[in-house]
Amino acid sequence: MKPTSITLSTFILRRAAQAIPLLLGVVIVNFTIIHLAPGNPVQVLVGDFPAPPEVVQTLRHDFGLDRPLWDQLIIYLGKLLSGDLGYSFGNRQAVTRLILERLPATVLLSGTALLFAAVAGVALGVLSSRRPNSALDYFGSVFALLGFSMPVFWLGQLLIIGVSLGLGWLPAQGMVSLRADPSGWGRVLSIGQHLILPAATLVMGFLAMNSRVARSSMLEVLRQDYVTVARAKGLSERRVVYRHALRNAMIPIVTVVGFNLGFLLAGSAFVETIFAWPGIGRLLYDSMAARDYPVIMGIFLVVCTGIVLANLLTDLAYAYLDPRVRYD
Amino acid sequence: MKDFVRRFVRNRAAVLGGAWVGILLLVALGATWLAPMDPLRVGRDAFAPPGSPYLFGTDNQGRDILSGVVFGTRISLLVGVLAALTSSSIGIVVGAIAGFYGAWLDGLLMRLTELFQIMPRLFLAMLIIAVFGSGIERIVLVIGILGWPAMARLIRAGVLSLKEQQFAEAARAIGVGNARLCFRQILPNALPPAIVMGSLDIAQAILMEAGLSFFGLGDRNLVSWGTMLFNAQTFLHHGWWLTVFPGAAIFFTVMAFNLLGDGVNDALNPKLRARGA
Repeated sequence: MKPTSITLSTFILRRAAQAIPLLLGVVIVNFTIIHLAPGNPVQVLVGDFPAPPEVVQTLRHDFGLDRPLWDQLIIYLGKLLSGDLGYSFGNRQAVTRLILERLPATVLLSGTALLFAAVAGVALGVLSSRRPNSALDYFGSVFALLGFSMPVFWLGQLLIIGVSLGLGWLPAQGMVSLRADPSGWGRVLSIGQHLILPAATLVMGFLAMNSRVARSSMLEVLRQDYVTVARAKGLSERRVVYRHALRNAMIPIVTVVGFNLGFLLAGSAFVETIFAWPGIGRLLYDSMAARDYPVIMGIFLVVCTGIVLANLLTDLAYAYLDPRVRYD
Repeated sequence: MKDFVRRFVRNRAAVLGGAWVGILLLVALGATWLAPMDPLRVGRDAFAPPGSPYLFGTDNQGRDILSGVVFGTRISLLVGVLAALTSSSIGIVVGAIAGFYGAWLDGLLMRLTELFQIMPRLFLAMLIIAVFGSGIERIVLVIGILGWPAMARLIRAGVLSLKEQQFAEAARAIGVGNARLCFRQILPNALPPAIVMGSLDIAQAILMEAGLSFFGLGDRNLVSWGTMLFNAQTFLHHGWWLTVFPGAAIFFTVMAFNLLGDGVNDALNPKLRARGA
């Protein structure tokens, strides 16, 4: 066991080290945008808000704007590493705090969608792969085509019109009813009710993607010799599919789930805007309307960091599912 | 080529997608004649439901939605095609250089590709447009510049395998120079899959433009399907037609390009289709 754990920790360290230049690259992109923006960098650091001259002066000093560009990058990097993403003059709050306040709502929405899309997508894909060209398989294909082509913001609007305004079944706006019990099950129930439509909107595209990847991955694995051997040994079809084939078929599925976090968060930004869900996507929309650049850039950095971490976790999941990966 | 056309025509979904794209092209070219009125003309009939004289109804300012959808075709196709051309061109050049020259250049370009793949395109596009200002040219440029990594990876993979083949060896043996070998001999053979990706890129660019417009970052001087949905968001309770028609236009157009891309892919790789993968 010991050599494996050493290999795994080396693998983790190596992957983590690879993530650092990527994060640095993202920071440099942000830094470049601040400096290439029309006007001067202070304008971007403040946003479209009147800032007193002394604040402008402080910002100039804090960010070393009168010093060489290289020094400025180091200062900017130092600020980010200490968790300082700047100050939102629009919200009169530190950007880091603003984002941290909104993050749980986004995690709840995206996490629910991700989980459901992964479980239901794999189930649909596996069932389709067991009976290619059956009615279920065709349904899966049509569903996937619809999911790939449907703009998430349109689907959200349609669900509000149909389910909320038309049938009156579910709430269309916000995260919790103001009339709900502020604590306990009443609140949980209210959040659950408010979550259904936004999560359903967000799930569609990912469910389609996961089901197609799961299907083709399973088809590929089910053709392999070891599956034939397992069948020849007399194992039940259920055991062959779910115990032997699915584990290997999971590798591409994990890739899709892990590497599409960026798309999920982009979708989440639309969904939060449409359903007034108080997460970072909604914050992004409001900041966009107010030209509150520090918040927009802060969200960009946080999202990119989240994606880099998700990719790292995906790589680790590979190592768990397929031990050969560790020796690459 | 004959086989390709025969296989493509046999795929009904792809033909349907192609036909829809053809119709859209005609609508975009003839928008001035096809639209019943000026899409920006403000009228007294606010929120008029679909019927006569407004086939798709009107919005909050009494603007004709059908005319907006017709003129929006121009913007969507223009942005979709130009942005896809931009991203494909960058991706093809980067992928060919990385795959052919290899070594440190490949390493550098692939790290750059990874960086661009890590950054969510929509967020970065929003950030750039919010800071630098909107406008149709900027939207095309931003979508195009941010969309090249997948194409670069595809072309790199093709070039990597092609450069080891006999025809490349033979060309080297008769003294063909590196640049000529890469761009004139190898690259054309790596391009067919790029056509498929180009078609899918158009669909993605159309969605992206609509998304940016939905966030209020579109070109305010033009009518686009995304801008119409952005406007509809405030008036969802006033009428379904404000959102249904422009959204359906995006949906069917994206679907058409997806079907077209799949059809070309199946026609280029008949074995894949036969395997049901």
